[in-house]
Amino acid sequence: MTSFFDLPTIWAFVIAFAVFAYVVMDGFDLGLGILFPAFAPGPHRDRVMNSVAPVWDGNETWLVLGGGGLMAAFPLAYAIILPALYAPIIAMLLALIFRGVAFEFRWRDARHRRAWDFAFTAGSIVATLAQGITLGALLQGIAVEGRSYAGGWWDWLTPFSLLVGVSLVIGYALLGATWLVMKTDGVLQLQCRSLAFRLGIATLVCMAAVSAATPFLSGAYYEAWFAWPRVLFTAQVPLLVLICAAAFFHGLRRDHDYTPFLMALALFALGLAGLGVSIFPHVVPQAVTIWDAAAPDASLSFMLVGAAVLIPIILGYTAYAYWVFRGKTGHEGYH
Amino acid sequence: MFDQADAILLARIQFAFTVSFHFIFPALSIGLASYLAVLEALWLKTGRTVYLTLFKYWLKIFALAFGMGVVSGIVMSYQFGTNWSVFSDKAGPVIGPLMAYEVMTAFFLEAGFLGVMLFGMNRVGRGLHFAATLMVAIGTFISAFWILSANSWMQTPAGFSINEVGQFVPESWLEIIFNPSFPYRLAHTVLAAYLTTALVVGAVGAWHLLRDRRNEAARVMFSMATGLVMVAAPVQIFAGDLHGLNTLEHQPAKVMAMEGHFESHPDGAPLILFGIPDQEAGEVRYQIAIPKASSLILKHDLNAPLDGLETVPREDWPYVPIVFWSFRIMVALGFLMLALGGFALVQRLRGRLHTSRALHRFALAMGPSGFVAVIAGWVTTEVGRQPFTVYGLLRTAQSASPLEAPAVATSLLIFIIVYFIVFGTGTLYILKLMHKAPQTTTPDQTRDDEAEEHQPVRAAGITPAPAVHAGRTIGGRHGPGTHASPTREER
Repeated sequence: MTSFFDLPTIWAFVIAFAVFAYVVMDGFDLGLGILFPAFAPGPHRDRVMNSVAPVWDGNETWLVLGGGGLMAAFPLAYAIILPALYAPIIAMLLALIFRGVAFEFRWRDARHRRAWDFAFTAGSIVATLAQGITLGALLQGIAVEGRSYAGGWWDWLTPFSLLVGVSLVIGYALLGATWLVMKTDGVLQLQCRSLAFRLGIATLVCMAAVSAATPFLSGAYYEAWFAWPRVLFTAQVPLLVLICAAAFFHGLRRDHDYTPFLMALALFALGLAGLGVSIFPHVVPQAVTIWDAAAPDASLSFMLVGAAVLIPIILGYTAYAYWVFRGKTGHEGYH
Repeated sequence: MFDQADAILLARIQFAFTVSFHFIFPALSIGLASYLAVLEALWLKTGRTVYLTLFKYWLKIFALAFGMGVVSGIVMSYQFGTNWSVFSDKAGPVIGPLMAYEVMTAFFLEAGFLGVMLFGMNRVGRGLHFAATLMVAIGTFISAFWILSANSWMQTPAGFSINEVGQFVPESWLEIIFNPSFPYRLAHTVLAAYLTTALVVGAVGAWHLLRDRRNEAARVMFSMATGLVMVAAPVQIFAGDLHGLNTLEHQPAKVMAMEGHFESHPDGAPLILFGIPDQEAGEVRYQIAIPKASSLILKHDLNAPLDGLETVPREDWPYVPIVFWSFRIMVALGFLMLALGGFALVQRLRGRLHTSRALHRFALAMGPSGFVAVIAGWVTTEVGRQPFTVYGLLRTAQSASPLEAPAVATSLLIFIIVYFIVFGTGTLYILKLMHKAPQTTTPDQTRDDEAEEHQPVRAAGITPAPAVHAGRTIGGRHGPGTHASPTREER
């Protein structure tokens, strides 16, 4: 066991942060797409779209950082995981194309607006499902031989990976609904509140289902969660989930604008922490550790200098962009 | 039915297809981002509304091109892993950090300020808005810097060692980033993006001048664009020549393929203008050639000896017919661009820049030529690098994932269908925007022409109060679009 704060460990945390940043930001973008059919065409849909139009592109960039960072910091893991998840990854990329261009295209052509709205929804659902399936497939383990993937084309497709996929669709929809509670008012906000309430319950059910299923995927996960004295630490995760859930419903009932969104984010953060408990220090669960997969120190240190300086700056101007577009959203864009 | 070789060929076609489609958009958005920054600067400096008109006109087109560049770019960043996992494992320690730097220094910068640039006109002050435009333009440059560094390293690898599991290990980042072909490739590519954009802007200007030669905005854009073509086309030919000499030094087999030199010429090599290269027989049939001219271009000496592919082992040959022809297409278009720049200069000096219909038709016809030349150039350099991914060190055949041909064929087919639907539609929307004549309006009138489109050019949002004093925002006295009065259903 290498010391706890060596370069691969630091990079594992940096990439985990990038993944979390992606889920936090693009999660609600995708959630809006998932919920889009629930909103009335016209001003309502325009407002939903405009609430993220200025920021969605930056949100999606965290996905590029996650993928690029994985290739740079853990090239072996990248080389094993991506071929193993060939179909869901390609599906996600294609779906993100439809989702991304819909932001621009729907304004350009009133006759086909419905078609691009559909592309926005379908793209968001497929991309989210694919991300969830990717996570589920990763958790259940990947067949590795030597330095490459050794499984089949359909190994990723199991009841468990589908469960995680569907759970993520519901979870992102919750993020989308609570985001809109912040960014809208009037009838639309009321609609989003009631959506958030139902999705909050559904998300908790999904979290429970995935958490219950995970330890039975492999003995290693069971150990990671229930070995004494680790259980004293790991037991805090479900406890915090309950506290956040209580705060979430309290905020919804009291008509708070911000609490539901922040608590939904906290639930996702706890989910990610749970994931970390399960797989650390592996990067391909049960097969490859972060030290096996890490790039040479020369690569890791070169990037770390950049990341240490640049990621805070990125967070700074991203915050500025959000601040410029703060407040409730109207239904007219630049278009 | 299929074997690994088929899967690799399909994966190569998939990469070529997705990267060619992708690069069309950055080629335009690198140039347009700079053009928009210039237009906004001119507007702020002179106060002439025509610059604001042009800014708003090209901003919509930029937004579409940029969006399509982003979504097709994400495909590229994941395709290395899905289809080229062995390459990712081995070259990842060198290529990965360069791309990670591209994300951290360029993509976030562009994406972060794009929102302010597109939607922030009435929400931030003029200075801040211009700063956002500038950041987006700088971001496109930085992006080109890193990605071309990565590509150049694959062409002319330097500053590395190889470890026991076959990975490239960085030894000197300076040598990696500034590898031998990088400065030439960067200059050549950025110039190409500028030229491509100038040709597009020039064609749109020409289109509107042909319909109404009094349109002020069309006159200004045509003048600016042809001015840039006039300067950039000769500079680009010069830069391309230097790049070629650099390639001769580091990747001689690529230049042999470009020139169609299968056999060595000990006393002066001919410049083959036309011919049909035959890879199997190792000769160029039906050739029309200028004796000794190739030696003159490459060695600046009529009688300098030049080796041919016969000196290279056959298993290291690139596929000559493609390289030979893509190179000729690129060069021919380059000289046509030079001709356009020269013709525009002559008409400018005669005071007929805005009235010469022949010039306008020529400029219109040349509109798409930049894209064709850019793709042809990339095909030349990438196919010319074959059969290697990392030149001379890692073979393409040994770079791929453990792929199965049916899966790659399926995904390739879906990519082709989706790209044609999505980017075909996007191109139509861009053409639709270009077809609409730019109408010069005063800032206070901007609402009128937008009202007929039902698509106001202003920020979305309800704010309790405008973020800045209304007089300081671009677009003058309109505050942010408020949504203060509830719609009927909300009462």
